[in-house]
Amino acid sequence: MWIEPNELPVNKVQYLDENGKLTNGAPEVSDDELIAMYKWMVQARVFDQRALKFQRQGRIGTYAPLSGQEAAQVGSAFALERQDWIYPSYREGAALFVHGFPMKNFFLYTMGHLKGTDAEGANVFPVQIIIGAQCLHAVGGAWAGKYQGENSVSVTYIGDGGTSEGDFHEALNFAGVYKLPMVFFVQNNQWAISVPRSKQTASGTIAQKAVAHGITGIQVDGNDVLAVYTTMKQALERARSGQPVLVEAVTYRQGPHTTADDPTKYRNKSDVDEWLAKDPLKRIKAFLLDKGIWNEELEQREFALAEQKVTEAFELAANTPKSKVEDIFEIVYEKKTSQLTEQQQSVSSEGVLK
Amino acid sequence: MTAMTMIEAINFTLKKEMERDQRVICLGEDIGKNGGVFRATDGLQAIFGEDRVVDTPIAESAIVGTAVGMAARGLRPVAEIQFFGFIYEAMDQMASQAARLRFRSGGVLGAPMVVRAPYGGGVKTPELHSDSLEGLFLHSPGLKVVMPSSPYDAKGLLTAAIRDNDPVLFLEPMKLYRAFKQEVPEEDYLIEIGKAKVVKEGEDLTVITWGQTVPLVSKVVEQWEQEQSISIEIIDLRTVSPIDEDTIIASVQKTGRAMIVHEAVKTGGPGAEISAMINEKALFHLSAPIVRVTSFDTPYPVPSVEEDWLPNADRISQGIREVLAH
Repeated sequence: MWIEPNELPVNKVQYLDENGKLTNGAPEVSDDELIAMYKWMVQARVFDQRALKFQRQGRIGTYAPLSGQEAAQVGSAFALERQDWIYPSYREGAALFVHGFPMKNFFLYTMGHLKGTDAEGANVFPVQIIIGAQCLHAVGGAWAGKYQGENSVSVTYIGDGGTSEGDFHEALNFAGVYKLPMVFFVQNNQWAISVPRSKQTASGTIAQKAVAHGITGIQVDGNDVLAVYTTMKQALERARSGQPVLVEAVTYRQGPHTTADDPTKYRNKSDVDEWLAKDPLKRIKAFLLDKGIWNEELEQREFALAEQKVTEAFELAANTPKSKVEDIFEIVYEKKTSQLTEQQQSVSSEGVLK
Repeated sequence: MTAMTMIEAINFTLKKEMERDQRVICLGEDIGKNGGVFRATDGLQAIFGEDRVVDTPIAESAIVGTAVGMAARGLRPVAEIQFFGFIYEAMDQMASQAARLRFRSGGVLGAPMVVRAPYGGGVKTPELHSDSLEGLFLHSPGLKVVMPSSPYDAKGLLTAAIRDNDPVLFLEPMKLYRAFKQEVPEEDYLIEIGKAKVVKEGEDLTVITWGQTVPLVSKVVEQWEQEQSISIEIIDLRTVSPIDEDTIIASVQKTGRAMIVHEAVKTGGPGAEISAMINEKALFHLSAPIVRVTSFDTPYPVPSVEEDWLPNADRISQGIREVLAH
């Protein structure tokens, strides 16, 4: 019997439609949780908009915007326990903040500071630049966690483009073989810089890629924070009992890949508009208003508070003493080599040869 | 003391370190039931179980990447790459990930891990099994590269590598695995990483080499000293990164001549770095140009010509003649 590639039934999990109406019964999420998640999403949106502005003003370097992906990032990270680990790519600020990574340090990272990846005790691995490489670190981390009895799940964040990388598949394969406590959280935001999802893979879905590796997959509406959160809760439960899971969150990158590119070169306005109508904040807000647990006054207050937090984080980062060239020699090895010592002694941050 | 071959010394060391430290885990292809294609991990799975001696799927990038993840979360993985020629598959995980984790995390995390791999030529392997690629990793800040030349050194250096808090690439000369036995103490001892060994002292020429070519150089030098009234100092680098500059410079300042012998190809090889180092620090002590005896700048050739391609006794002798001509 031939196995045809796209005949697997993949039903996307959704609770809220584009207008914030329940489509699938009400999931068990408390009002407090709903409001907390919405607040994080507001924080993420405000952070993103401000970061873009800071970049345009030359106050931070290259930045990869996350607008449009707040539900996917907040919903997934909100489901984690403190002992769980995130192995992120570079567009995951919102998930990182929810898991305790200081916003100040994210700004430091974009300012090119040596301490920009310091999670200050939160279980967040340094942001990964090489596409897919973090999946394998999550494999090793999950392994170490299991071996040491930590009851911790390792969650790796990756995009649709990243699923074409060998490291992604090798990681899925290892996770399946060793039954590791892992979740692969794929934000399918439709674009890998300029290449659309349809040119990235011939698979009907990314979720189905799990099957070939002998692990469980699921597709979820990534702009529906209820769907993401409840699905992630279930995925984490499975992972904790030794069943790795691949979650595909279908979402959209509303902005450019990074502040260094212009998406009007490769995608149509109609495509963007279609997805703006599915905005993740809009729909959870409508749901909260309908439920009578949110109002415009709270909304304004929350946006103002989010602005204030971003300002504070940015100011802290901006006032942090800059990294100095002397510092780089100290963190290559535990102990400096004689070559590094000699090179360190030959420079000073004032740019004057000693 | 027990007489051991190098492969026995490596196996013994892995066993000792796994007994000593629960965090030490071995992973790689065919290392479990089969004990590794060279038997480096022979019998270890029977003692320590499948959780600590792990047969992995065939995926070099995953083996190294998993080790990085393990190391960052408190384990001390010892990964095996079946043949060093396969390391290109794991190049990103070696040079961008393992090597840089300490740096990328601002010094917060680290990757205390060892990647072991058999390397080197002269054993008539299929292609892409015999390359000496240490130069690639000498050029990758954050890694240490250790290359033993004897059973005694293999034990002391591997022990040090496993206990080191930085990632160490541990390259095992395939041709020397079973070439000779040596008395190896069973008790704990470490050989410091980053320190070269003066194998024998001499006055007229310094020969710098490491790993597989150390016994070969020693043999050629012995013959020269028997036949001529000269004395040659041999330095076994032991660690190719970081290079022990002090030992090299002190020796060249004494002898005034330097020759470097390595199996890696010539251009951009470690010999070039050592030669530059001598130029910077000891040029005015030299009475002859530095000579490099290396493999040629081609891909590793087929077995029928490898003996002529590698730095063999004749080519080393020719090098000595050249450097002594001045």
